[in-house]
Amino acid sequence: MVHTMAERVWQRRLILALLLAPALLWLFALILLPHVQLAVLALRERVAPHVFQPSLAQFKTFFAEPLYWEVFVRTAFMSIVATALTLLVAFPIAWVITKVARGRASAMLFMVCLIPFWVSETVRALGWLILLRESGVLPAILVKLGLAAVPPELLYHDATILVGLVYTSLLFMVTPLVSSLESLDNSLIEAAYDLGASGFATLRKIVIPHAAPGITAGCIVVFMLSLGNYLTPNLLGGKNSQWFTELIYTQFIVRFNWEQGAAFGFLLLGLSTAIVAVGLRLSGQRFVDVMRRS
Amino acid sequence: MIASLPRPAWLRTATVLYVAAFLIFLFVPLVVVGVFAFNNANYPAPPWHGFTLDWFTGSAATGRVGLFHDPDLLGSIWTSVTVAFWVTILSVTVGTANSFLMERHQFPGKQALSVLMLVPLVIPGVILGISILSFSSRVAELADDLFGLDLDFLRPGLPLVVLGQFSYIATIATLMISARLKRFDTTLEEAALNLGASQFAVLRTITLPYLRPALIGSAAISFIMSFENFNTTLMLVGSDSPLTVMMYGRMREGASPVLNAVSLFLMLASAGLALTLMRGSAAQNK
Repeated sequence: MVHTMAERVWQRRLILALLLAPALLWLFALILLPHVQLAVLALRERVAPHVFQPSLAQFKTFFAEPLYWEVFVRTAFMSIVATALTLLVAFPIAWVITKVARGRASAMLFMVCLIPFWVSETVRALGWLILLRESGVLPAILVKLGLAAVPPELLYHDATILVGLVYTSLLFMVTPLVSSLESLDNSLIEAAYDLGASGFATLRKIVIPHAAPGITAGCIVVFMLSLGNYLTPNLLGGKNSQWFTELIYTQFIVRFNWEQGAAFGFLLLGLSTAIVAVGLRLSGQRFVDVMRRS
Repeated sequence: MIASLPRPAWLRTATVLYVAAFLIFLFVPLVVVGVFAFNNANYPAPPWHGFTLDWFTGSAATGRVGLFHDPDLLGSIWTSVTVAFWVTILSVTVGTANSFLMERHQFPGKQALSVLMLVPLVIPGVILGISILSFSSRVAELADDLFGLDLDFLRPGLPLVVLGQFSYIATIATLMISARLKRFDTTLEEAALNLGASQFAVLRTITLPYLRPALIGSAAISFIMSFENFNTTLMLVGSDSPLTVMMYGRMREGASPVLNAVSLFLMLASAGLALTLMRGSAAQNK
């Protein structure tokens, strides 16, 4: 098994080429080129059957039609609210997991947070449907307790969509929060306490700055997932959901207007990218690190 | 406040209450789904009409078609399993190759490639779906125009669903496998090479066994993510619906407890998978 130097270099190059091939095939054929094609679609206009010319018509339609950009703004706003709520709900739990509970209890609580992730989103939505709809469990309980005369319809409200989104996103917030709080040295909190800092001051001056990378990572992921969600707003919000992904689906699959659908797709992608960039800028982190963390 | 500091009684109580409320929030939807799979009524809603197994075992003869006699639902479970199988094979294979590429080799453009590999995670699933749909139709069109070839697999259908899911699950597999390969002590490989083992023998007897937990873990995660995927699948699906799409369609028509039965079945299956994995990783860490 004696290799000459030249043979070894050649062998190493061959291995490199063999390893590069699947990566390049994957990224070019399934990510880059499809997005180029999507851009081509978004930036052209059908002037006659099978005749197209470059144009910004689809984007003009978006701005000219109030329904479209209202749904766009609404989706962005609701996703921001959902992200903030998820952070508020998840932070105390992450705190209990890392700082209050010990040993087995802490590990158990963390495991429990992961459970909804193991269950399909369809199943989670079905659970909320059965709980919240007019003939569902919660309205029946409200009537029984005398809090409502007739069963109220709890579905098809914005709040319902938010509940569904928070429920679906919790895991993606808890995980990065736990990993960033774990690395916070307890003696820092003890020192702050000994020096007379209030709980709030400790939170603001020590805990939050330390957990900032985890908070950013969690918020970015949750925001993206909410923005791109289809199932939860659609099933829990019904006709009132008005989620931007539904517009994309309608243009692409129902109306077969791929040009318009592609333009909507790029608007959604642009919004999602912009928010991620702002989040990274605000917290001064690198994309690669954030993705590795979450 | 942390456990080592004095906490007032109200704070302790509040903590316990919060955790309890959180657990209720987390579990009530899942429990409700499971419970109503056994309700003796045609609609998954209160009140409770007594226990029945109709929604599992019922057939057309009993008037209630249960899960085990519903060929559409059973077929869609099988479709999902088939899709998930191929996505898993592809993702773990490409993920392993990527890990070796990124951890063991230097080449121009490596930095750019490593960023590019993460990009699929930040593209919304719906957009992955429509971009792959429009690109594959374009390729099919070109093949037809230029060579008169009819490439059926590029039309919406299961092959496209597999590719669509693979396009982002590959990133997750790559991250999981790379994380373990990074911690590998390369002196072990050097020792084996010095003792006269071939490159291939080293890979087979040392490196791959070391990577085994990551390979199994990423396979399980790939399988689950594929099985649960909805957004990308919805855009690429043809006439055979995987389970999530099938369930969505049925839920829009109006729920029947047979959906609860499928869901319970899914929950048990993934709980089983999760427990097996946890036991596996606990054994590894010993």
